[in-house]
Amino acid sequence: MSVPILKQGEILIASIQSALSDRELVELRDELADRVGRLRSRGVVIDVTALDVLDSFATRTIRGIAYTAKLRGAKTVVVGIQPEVAFAMVQLGLSLDGIATALDLEEGMLLLQRWPK
Amino acid sequence: MVVLSDITISIEREHDIVAARQKGRELAARMGFSGTDQTLLATAISEVARNIVSYAGRGTVVLSSVEEQGRRGLMIIAEDHGPGIADVGLAMRDGYSTGGSLGAGLPGAKRLVDDFELSSTVGTGTTVTLKKWLR
Ligand SMILES: Nc1ncnc2c1ncn2[C@@H]1O[C@H](COP(=O)(O)OP(=O)(O)O)[C@@H](O)[C@H]1O
Ligand SMILES: [Mg+2]
Repeated sequence: MSVPILKQGEILIASIQSALSDRELVELRDELADRVGRLRSRGVVIDVTALDVLDSFATRTIRGIAYTAKLRGAKTVVVGIQPEVAFAMVQLGLSLDGIATALDLEEGMLLLQRWPK
Repeated sequence: MVVLSDITISIEREHDIVAARQKGRELAARMGFSGTDQTLLATAISEVARNIVSYAGRGTVVLSSVEEQGRRGLMIIAEDHGPGIADVGLAMRDGYSTGGSLGAGLPGAKRLVDDFELSSTVGTGTTVTLKKWLR
């Protein structure tokens, strides 16, 4: 597994360190789905600060992570989308509709902690 | 149009998609494109390279520095000898996908660059040519 997943209380933090291939993204999705269930996590933070491209595949996979987590009772926050990456996503016609986003890890954690249980 | 330099990246596995977009970003940076333009180019390369892997299995991405009428640009040619596209108009529609994915690759890549050309023949293959000019 190329993306470290940290557990902080009831929250899982996946901090992506470098560009990921499609397979690595899918692995991350499956690993998070598994851990959310096993560890009974209430929140997932995906830190994409290190990603310089979020194309249609990555966007779809991240949506998949968020929807799967939701079905298992956890909220997902995507943090660290770089401004030019966000701009490219808009041009592509992609969005993360219905998925919470925050500027950075700290804000993402705050958002999850404030979420009503 | 004059080609000043070019790099050919063979696309056979999904890891080559990452390599192609990184090479594209490097070339764009060397040519003097802004950080935003580098990201737009890398994203467009990612989409057309993925289509090669998904629909044709293998092909090439050629990245060139070009000059035309006193302006410089980066040209991306994604070429494969795969099954081709039966209805190019349909393939260019937002949300149209035969792969069960988002259908954003081709129409999105078109919006990420200045010039876009798609030519495809069923049974022969597909060539997508993208250009972005330095401002
Ligand atoms: N290189 C290619 N060879 C054959 N068919 C292709 C190729 N690129 C795109 N297509 C076709 O065009 C459709 C739209 O492509 P795209 O906009 O990238 O969306 P997606 O890849 O999500 O389906 C694909 O579903 C596929 O049917
Ligand atoms: Mg595609």
